[in-house]
Amino acid sequence: MRDLTDRALDTATQQGASYADVRVVRRRDESIAVKNGRVEGVAMGETEGFGVRVLVDGAWGFASSDRLELGEAERAAALAVRIARASATAVRRPVELDDRPPAHGTYETPVEVDPFKVSLEEKLSDLIAADEAARRTPGVAFTESIYAAQREWKTFAASDGSFTEQVLTSVGSGVEANAIEGDDLQRRSYPDAGGGFRAAGYEYVRELGMVEHAAQAGEEAVALLSAPQCPPGVTTVILDPSQLYMQVHESCGHPTELDRAFGTEASYAGTSFLTPDKLASGFRYGSDLITIVADATAAGGLGTFGWDDEGVAAQAVPLIKDGIFSGYLSSREMAPRIGRSSGGAMRADGWNRIPLIRMTNVSLLPVPGMTIDDIVADTDDGLYLAYNRSWSIDDRRLNFQFATEVAYEIRNGRKGRLFKNPTYTGITYELWRSCDAVADASDWVMLGTPNCGKGEPSQTARVGHGVSAARFRNVQVGVGKW
Amino acid sequence: MSPDAGAAARPDEPVVDSPEAALAVAEEVLERALRGGATEAEVLLTAEDSALTRFANSEIHQNVAERSMGVNLRFVVGSRVAVIATDRIDGTGLRNLVGRAATIARSCEARPDWPGLPAPQAATGPATPAWASGTADASPEFRAAAVREVIAEADAADVLAFGSFATGSEIVAVASSTGIRASERRSASQLLTVHSSPDGGNGYAEAAAMDATAIDARGLGREAAAKARASDHPVDLPPGDYPVVLEEYAVVDLNDMLGYVGFSALAVQEDRSFFEAGKRVGSELVTIVDDAADPAGLPTAFDYEGIPKQRVTMLDAGVCRDLVYDAATAAREDRPSTGHGLPAPNPWGPFPLNAIWSPGTASRDELIGGLDRGLLVTRFHYTNVVHPKLAIVTGMTRDGTFLVEDGRLVGPVRNLRFTQSYVDALAAVRAVGRDRRTLRGLLGAAVVPAMRLDGWTFTGATEH
Repeated sequence: MRDLTDRALDTATQQGASYADVRVVRRRDESIAVKNGRVEGVAMGETEGFGVRVLVDGAWGFASSDRLELGEAERAAALAVRIARASATAVRRPVELDDRPPAHGTYETPVEVDPFKVSLEEKLSDLIAADEAARRTPGVAFTESIYAAQREWKTFAASDGSFTEQVLTSVGSGVEANAIEGDDLQRRSYPDAGGGFRAAGYEYVRELGMVEHAAQAGEEAVALLSAPQCPPGVTTVILDPSQLYMQVHESCGHPTELDRAFGTEASYAGTSFLTPDKLASGFRYGSDLITIVADATAAGGLGTFGWDDEGVAAQAVPLIKDGIFSGYLSSREMAPRIGRSSGGAMRADGWNRIPLIRMTNVSLLPVPGMTIDDIVADTDDGLYLAYNRSWSIDDRRLNFQFATEVAYEIRNGRKGRLFKNPTYTGITYELWRSCDAVADASDWVMLGTPNCGKGEPSQTARVGHGVSAARFRNVQVGVGKW
Repeated sequence: MSPDAGAAARPDEPVVDSPEAALAVAEEVLERALRGGATEAEVLLTAEDSALTRFANSEIHQNVAERSMGVNLRFVVGSRVAVIATDRIDGTGLRNLVGRAATIARSCEARPDWPGLPAPQAATGPATPAWASGTADASPEFRAAAVREVIAEADAADVLAFGSFATGSEIVAVASSTGIRASERRSASQLLTVHSSPDGGNGYAEAAAMDATAIDARGLGREAAAKARASDHPVDLPPGDYPVVLEEYAVVDLNDMLGYVGFSALAVQEDRSFFEAGKRVGSELVTIVDDAADPAGLPTAFDYEGIPKQRVTMLDAGVCRDLVYDAATAAREDRPSTGHGLPAPNPWGPFPLNAIWSPGTASRDELIGGLDRGLLVTRFHYTNVVHPKLAIVTGMTRDGTFLVEDGRLVGPVRNLRFTQSYVDALAAVRAVGRDRRTLRGLLGAAVVPAMRLDGWTFTGATEH
C-alpha cells in the first residue's frame, strides 16, 4: 500500500503540487431486502480504488481510479495536477490550509458481533420474522424490511508525512408496514423508514427488538386508515427521537456546514442562514435548553472515526451552546477564514469522491430533569409526533416542513387518539427558540441516517444524531389541502 | 488492521475501451458464473470516465475526474437469486465474485414466483446515437474555458456564479444466459449555474446534452445573470393559492415525482399510484411519453437488463395510458418489459429515464401574459412526497420567483413553500410552452416545456 501512496504523492509533488493527499479505500457492502415475507434481493458489493487530491498554484485538483497499480497512481496524480492547473485559471482566492500535526495511527469501529461473519441464514431468518410480524394485523397491504452492513478499509497518506489506517463498520435494519384503502396509504415503520443504523456490529440489530416493534407498526398502519386527519392550527408539539433527529439534521446539521456558509454548495444543496457574522455576534439560535455538538468520537455514531479525510483527529465541536450559535463543521481550508482550526469534518464517499465538509454526529444534548413521559405529563394540549415521513427545507435552511407517520393527541398530560397525515412547518430559529423542554439522558439515543446527500458529483454520507425528545410551543401543524 | 484489509494490485484486469470489449468481458463473467453453478445468470458491466468542474463565488473550487469499471452479477440457482457487485475485474476478483454469489444464492430461500431472467426482445427501431466524441474528449481545460464564459457573464452583471459542468462517457454491456447480448457507448453532459446578486437576487440556468460542445455556456451565464438581476430586492407575498407559470426547471420536478410515484408499474401493482389506465387525470394539453430514441433527450438503446427501450405513452392528452415495466413487473402481468429496468437489486421498480413532454403553442410571453395575478416560478428546491398516492409534494421555490399582474412581471417575491398535489397540477394546466429544454432530473433526462396552471397552493414563506 505504501508503494502506491508514495508513488502518487511523489508524482504530485514532483509535478508541482504544494500539498497532496491520497486515500485508498476498499468498501464492502451487504444488503437484504424482504417484501411481503419474500426475499426480494440479497446483494453484496465490493469496491476499491484510490483518489489523489492536490493543491497547485492555490487550486484543487482531484483524480481517482479503481486500478490499484503504480502506473495508474502516476497517471491519476499527474491528471490531478493537470486538473488543478486548469482550476487555477479561474481562481480568485488561492487555497490556504490550516496547520495540523501529521496524523499517524489506526482506528477501528468497536464491534462485538462481526456482521460479515453472521450467517446469511440467520440474517434472513431475523428479517423475515420481523416482516411477518408487521403483516400480522389484517389490513396491512404490503411490508418491506431491510438489512444492510458496510465495512470500509481506509488508508490516508499526505505529503506532510501523515499515514493513517481505519476500519469503519456500520449496520442497520428496519421494517415498514403499509396499509391502503382507496386513495389513502398509511405507513408505519420501525425504527425509521429506511432503517435504523449505527456504527456497530450485528449486536445492534439484535438489540432493536424488530419483531415486537414490527407488530406494533402493522397495527398502527391499519389504525391510521380510520384515524382522523391531523387538524390544522397552531399548537404545542413534542417531537419523538424518531423525528427530532431529522429536525436536528436538516435545521442544525446542514446550516452549520461552513462550506455552505461560504457558498460553495449554493448551486446544489444551497447556502446557510448561519453566516459567519452571526457567529461573531452570538446569534440566538434556540432557547437556553439547546446545546448541539458535532462529536466524531461519540460511541456508536455513524459519523464516528479516528481521523477525517484530510487527517484531522476526531473531536467534539460545539455548534450551539445554551442556545447561542457557537461553531461550524469545518475543514482545513475553510476554518482559517473564520479564524479557527479545522474541526475535522471532511469526509468523502469512497475512493472516487473528493472530501467535503459533512456532518459527523450532530447531537442535541439531553437536559436533566424530565423524561419523555414527564414532558407529556406536563403538556395540557398538543401533539406527539413520531416517525419521519417526509422532509423539506429551503436553500438557506430556514423554512422547513416535515411530515411524520403518526401524531398522538395529547390532552391533560396523556397521549390519546391517533391523527393521520400530520405535518408541521416553521422557521428554524423560531422553532428552536420555542423549545421549553428537552428530555433527559435516560431517553437519549444515538440515531442517524446512512444516506445524507451532498455535493456534485453526488455523495452519500453516514451521519449520526444523538437525541432524546423535545417540546416546542406555537407550532403550525396540519399544512396543505387534504 | 486485518492483514488482508488492503487493496491488491490487479495486473490482469482487462482494458475496456469499446462496446465489443465490454461485451467480451461480460460474456467471460457469464461463463464463469455458469461454470460456478448458476442455472441462470446476468452480467451488467459498466466502464465509465467522468469529470466535473465545480465553481462557486465565480471561481473553480472543485475539479474532479474518475475512471471506474464495475460488474453487477445476478446469479440464479433454481429460483434462488443473489446479486453481487464488484469493481475488481481481474482474475482473482472474478473468482471471488462468482464464489460469493454461489454461496449467497444457495443460502437464499427459493422464490416461488421467480419468473426467470428476461428473454431477448427485438428492438423496435434503429438505435439513436447515444455518444458524442465532444463529450468523451472534454478536457479539464475545455470545462474550465466554459466555466470562465459563465463567470464572464456574471462579472458583466456584477453578480457571482455558482455551478458545475459535468462530462461523462460510459460503456454499458449486458450478457445473460437467456441470450441477451447488448452493448453501447453513451455520453452525457450538464452545465448548471446559479447567479447571485449582492442585492438579493438569484437566477438559474441549466442545459444537458449528449454532446458537451452543444452547450452554450455563455448563453446560460447570460440567462442566469439576467434572472438574478431581475430578482433583486424581493418582497414578501402572503402564501395562498395563485395561478402560476412554471418554467422548464420547475416542470422537471413534476416529471421526476410523477415518474417516481405514478408511472412505474411497480407503484401500480402495489396500489400506491394514482394511475388508472383510461382515467383522465390531466389537462388535454399534457402528453408525456418515455422515448429513449428521441435525439432531443439523452438516448439509450437498452435498459440495465439489456432489454431494448420501447416508446411508452404514459399520459395521452391528460389520460393515463400505459406504464413503464422492467422484467419483474412485466412478468407479473404476463407482458413484455418495456425496457425500463434499473440495475439489480432494484427496490424502486422500473423508471421512465427518458420522459418527453409534448410542446404546446405558447411563447414564454404568452404564458406569462395569460396570468391576471399569479407567479412566475423559475425552479423548485428540496421537494419531497408527503402522500404518495395523492401525489402531494412539498418544496420551496428558488432562484427567481416573480409576481405577475395583468400579464406583466411586477417584480420579485421572496421564496414560498408549496404543498400541492402534482396530479391536481396536471389537471390545472391551461397552456404549454412551445419551446422545450433538455434537463437532467432525478434519474435520466427529460425534455420539458414551461406551463401555465390555474392554481398552485403555497403554504408558507421564507426570508429570502
